Amino acid sequence: MPVLEGKELRIVGFLCNWCSYGGADTAGVGRFTQPTDLRIIKVPCSGRIDPLFIVKTLMSGADGVLVSGCHPNDCHYAEGNFYARRRLEMLKRFIPMLGIDPERFDYTWVSASEGQRWQEVVTKFTEQIHKLGPARKIEGPDAEATLKLMEESL
Amino acid sequence: MKNLEDLKKQIKDGLSELDVVIGWTDSFDPLHATPHFMRSEADVDKLKVDALCVHNLATYLPSLKGKKVGIVVKGCDSRSVVELLQENLISREDVTIFGFGCSGVVDQVKIRRAVGEAGMVESCEVSGTEVKLTVAGKEHKLPMADVIADKCQTCRYPNAVLSDQFVGEEIKPTASFEDGYKDLEEFEAKSTEEKFTFWLGEMDRCIRCYACRNACPMCVCRDHCVAQSRDPHWLSQEAHVRDKWMFQVIHAYHLTGRCTECGECQRACPVDIPILLFKKKFNKEIKEVFNYEAGLDPEATPPLQTFKIDEPTIKEKEW
Repeated sequence: MPVLEGKELRIVGFLCNWCSYGGADTAGVGRFTQPTDLRIIKVPCSGRIDPLFIVKTLMSGADGVLVSGCHPNDCHYAEGNFYARRRLEMLKRFIPMLGIDPERFDYTWVSASEGQRWQEVVTKFTEQIHKLGPARKIEGPDAEATLKLMEESL
Repeated sequence: MKNLEDLKKQIKDGLSELDVVIGWTDSFDPLHATPHFMRSEADVDKLKVDALCVHNLATYLPSLKGKKVGIVVKGCDSRSVVELLQENLISREDVTIFGFGCSGVVDQVKIRRAVGEAGMVESCEVSGTEVKLTVAGKEHKLPMADVIADKCQTCRYPNAVLSDQFVGEEIKPTASFEDGYKDLEEFEAKSTEEKFTFWLGEMDRCIRCYACRNACPMCVCRDHCVAQSRDPHWLSQEAHVRDKWMFQVIHAYHLTGRCTECGECQRACPVDIPILLFKKKFNKEIKEVFNYEAGLDPEATPPLQTFKIDEPTIKEKEW
């Protein structure tokens, strides 16, 4: 998309098949305008999401990651999102430790009928990521930093 | 150790019903101890328990499942045993725990820094307050307070939390939960940018030897570790800092709510990367959100393996 070259950031969304993916579809069917930065990966359930997917995504160069599942109590598999909530909360609290802004990752709940809410979530999250700008990439070994650290430890 | 003879006697008494008892003994030089597998009374006589016995022997237990095993544990090691029991990785009736009150172990890195790598260690005497060393003909006297491992300075569980036989007197812990996380708080005070640069530099030094994983008592996947699996292919075999860093995050996340902070990962690291910080961060958050500590109660359920319909302690974002 050369028109948007440099204007878009890379945001990855993990959406559950039953609620949030449907919600995103509802938003599309309803022709709500949404930012186009988000690339969606459909998963069977938010409980399917290994929090390490998110870390891997961020480390591989994504500028933001959004996870969305069914509202608690509404999980298609009854309890997947309850486990997901605990895991994702732990990850959210851990991310600053890596030197990655915690704002780059968020999780939320959107049901299949909430097209409006989906639009709102995507718009706000994309704005949030644009405010932070592109994420620092792990291009390769940072030789300068290594040298500095080695000097310090001597 | 004052009550070493009592411990030896207890082990000898139990030996007939056990296939093996794991303890420590002298190693290649007087400054190091090494894990010791005792099958006869003569083996038991070689048992040694002092501040050089750094290894967490619980690491061996899952691989000895099905055998009758005795194990000598410090306070921190006993928490790993409890965690293994909790996860059904070993069974209670197969394990006999010989516990004692530990007054702390040494940090070999601190000794190395104080003495320098001057050559062969000729002798080493450890008392409660001092480590006396002779290295290449030169004598060094190091106060215990200078060479004790960091985890021991803030130890809250010096006595085995679960044991069949307890030898000697219990030691009173002095540290609070917060004391143990001061180093973490110091690190967290750095800016996002600084932390990123720090890890980039640290992880770059990683040689992917997986010693941290192999020393970890809770890393039980062994040959099926995702770090080396092709399917799923989480990590490439490239020596890229991204893969090394990712591996450490995998290790830490797989220990969420399970890590007993024995510090074996960091001790085993040949290039001294402070990887325990990741695990401490998770433990601190687990305590804050779920008020839970791993390795204290064999009957408890780890927080990530259960849930509440309403989570009063999790504040979700309002959009």
